[in-house]
Amino acid sequence: MFGIDPVTLAAALIAASTPILLAAIGELVVEKSGVLNLGVEGMMIMGAICGFIACVTTGSPWLGFVAGAAGGAALSLIFGVLTQFLLSNQVATGLALTLFGLGMSALMGEDYTGINPPLTPKLFPEALRQLEVVGPILFGHDLIVYLSVALVAAVAWGLARTRTGLIIRAVGENHDAAHSLGYKVIRIRILAILFGGACAGLGGAYLSLVRVPSWTEGMTAGAGWIALAIVVFASWRPWRALIGAYLFGGIAALQLRLQAAQIDIPVALLDASPYIVTIIVLVIISTDRTRAALNAPAALGRVFHASG
Amino acid sequence: MKKLVTLAAAGLLAAGSAFAQDDPFTVGFIYVGPIGDLGWSHEHDQGRLAVEEAYGDAVETIYAESVPEGADAERVMQQMVLQGADMIFTTSFGYGPATNAVAGRNPDVLFEHATGYLREHPNVSTYSARFYEGRAVIGHIAGHMTESNVIGYIASFPIPEVIRGINSAYIHARQVNPDVEMRVVWTYTWFDPAVEADAARALIDQGVDVLMQHTDSTAPQTAAAEAGIISFGQASDMGQFAPTPRVSSIIDNWGPYYVRRVGEAMDGTYEQSDVWEGIGPGMVKIGEMTDAIPEDVRASAQALADSIAAGEYHPFTGPLNRQDGTAWLADGEVADDGTLLGMDFYVEGIEGDIPN
Repeated sequence: MFGIDPVTLAAALIAASTPILLAAIGELVVEKSGVLNLGVEGMMIMGAICGFIACVTTGSPWLGFVAGAAGGAALSLIFGVLTQFLLSNQVATGLALTLFGLGMSALMGEDYTGINPPLTPKLFPEALRQLEVVGPILFGHDLIVYLSVALVAAVAWGLARTRTGLIIRAVGENHDAAHSLGYKVIRIRILAILFGGACAGLGGAYLSLVRVPSWTEGMTAGAGWIALAIVVFASWRPWRALIGAYLFGGIAALQLRLQAAQIDIPVALLDASPYIVTIIVLVIISTDRTRAALNAPAALGRVFHASG
Repeated sequence: MKKLVTLAAAGLLAAGSAFAQDDPFTVGFIYVGPIGDLGWSHEHDQGRLAVEEAYGDAVETIYAESVPEGADAERVMQQMVLQGADMIFTTSFGYGPATNAVAGRNPDVLFEHATGYLREHPNVSTYSARFYEGRAVIGHIAGHMTESNVIGYIASFPIPEVIRGINSAYIHARQVNPDVEMRVVWTYTWFDPAVEADAARALIDQGVDVLMQHTDSTAPQTAAAEAGIISFGQASDMGQFAPTPRVSSIIDNWGPYYVRRVGEAMDGTYEQSDVWEGIGPGMVKIGEMTDAIPEDVRASAQALADSIAAGEYHPFTGPLNRQDGTAWLADGEVADDGTLLGMDFYVEGIEGDIPN
C-alpha cells in the first residue's frame, strides 16, 4: 500500500498508542465511578519523570514502571482528597492537577535531561519475533504493551461481570442510592481515582522509558487530553477505548510514514487529522442522544456528601 | 512579598540606567527548548556560560527556557527587561516579531535575534551561522556511507534555513553518489522527542540507513542506535552517541560571538549588525569524525571542510538547477546571500513538495 509496509506500520501504531491507551482505560474506570478527573496530563507526566528517575537510578525498567504508576497514583491521591473529602470542584481541581504535575515534573527532572535510560527488554524470544507478519505485530513488543491490552480485557470483564464492577457502576450512576445500600461511596471513588492515576502514570513512564526514550520537560505534549477525549469517543466502553487509542496512534504513525514514503498529501492536513477524526466521531456519537446519555455515568462530576 | 517588591524596584532601576558602570551588565537569553536538550538550546546556553567566564562579576546572566515562539515570547522578553536586562539574545527564528516589538518599546536595551532577518529598530541586530556549510560536509559523508542509497532527513518547519540545509546535504551526497535519494519528513516542531523518535522510525522503515535531523532533541539518535544505522549530531556534538550511530556532527559555536558582542556593548563600541558566519570564522564546527567512517572518506570530508573554511569553495556552486528543472546557477556561478536567505525551493533531484 503506497510503498508503506503495513506490518511495520501496525507495530509502530501499537507502540505509539500504548501511553494514551493506558491513560484512557484508567480514566474510564474513574469516570465510571462518577468522578471526572481532568488531571490526566499531569498524572502522566509525573509518571514519566518518576519512572525515569527510578529506572535510571536502579537500572531496572520494571522498577521504573512501578515507580511511574506510583507517581501517577500519588498525584491522583491529592485530587481524591480534595474532591472527595473537601468536596472541591472536580473540573477546577483536575485542571490544577495538570498544571501542578507539569511544574513539579519539570522541577524533579532538572538533572535528568539528556540521559538514556536502560532499554526495556522485549517479552518474546528472538525466534518468535522474526516470524513473518505476526512476529513484529504480535510478538515484537515489551511486557507493558501486552499488559495494556490485558488491562482493557480485565476492565471490560470486571465492569460488566463482577460484583466490584457492579458496585463501581452503581456509585457512578447514583451515589445516593449506592450510599443507602451501604456502599462506601467515597472509599470506592478514592480507589478508582488511585487506579486511574496509576494507569496514567504507567502510560507516562512508557513514554519516557520506551517510546522516546529519554526525559524532557513537558514531553507528554497533550497526550493526557487525547486520552480524555478517547474515553468520550469510546462512550465509556473499554474495547472502544482500545479502538480509539489505536486509531489515534495509527493516524499519527501513518502520516509520518506517508511523508517518508513521499506520498503527495498535504502535511498540515495530516497533522490535524487525528483531531478532525475525533470531532467527526464526537459529532456522530452525540447525534444519537439517547445512546450517549445511556452510556455516560449519571453521577459523573457530581459532588457526593453523605448528609441525606 | 516585600522581597519581591524590592527586587522588582531594583529591576526597574537597573533597566532605567542600562549602561551604568557600578552594577553588573545584565544579559538575558531566551531559549526555545530546555537547556538540557543537548542540541540547539544547550549550545546557546554554552555561549551564555562563555560570557560569564569571560567577564566574571562584570556581567550577570539570566535565561528563560522552553519559551514558545509567538505571543508569549513577547511577555517573557518584557519580563526580562523589567528584571534589568541590558541586552537580550533571543535564540530562535520564530522570536523575530516579538523581539522587534519589545525592542521598539525599550530603546535602551540591546536585542540580538538568532537566525532572523527583521531589524526594525536600531537596537536589534541579527546573527546566524552558515549551517549549510556543515550540512555540505555531512552530506558528503552520508553519500559515501549509505548502502541503501536512501538518506532520511527529519525537518522541522519549511523555512529557508531548513530548506537550505536539505539542499546542501543533498547536493554533496549526490556529488559522491549519483544514485542517492533524500526522504524528508516535516514534523512542525523544533522539539518534541516523541514525534522526532516516531519520524526517525518511519524513515528507517522506509529503508533509510543514514539519518539527518534539523530538530533539537537526541530522540532520533536513540532511534538510529536501535536500528543500527548512522546519524549526525545536530547543533550540539551529541558525543554520547559516538562512535555510532553518531559518526560526526554539526556544532553551533556561539560562545565567541556572544563574548564579542557583550564586550562591545559594555565598552560602548557596539553597533547594529547582521552577522552570518560559517566554518571559517568558527561559528560552525564539524564534530569529530569517528572510526565508523572509512579513513579516505574522513580525509575527503576534512578537505571539503577546509576548502569551505578557506573560502575556496562555496557549497552552492553551479551548475545547479531548481527542482522543476529550470536553471538556477550557471557553471561556476556561486549563490548570493539574498537567494540563500530566502530559499524556498528544492534543487533538482530531490523529490516531494515543500509544504507551505
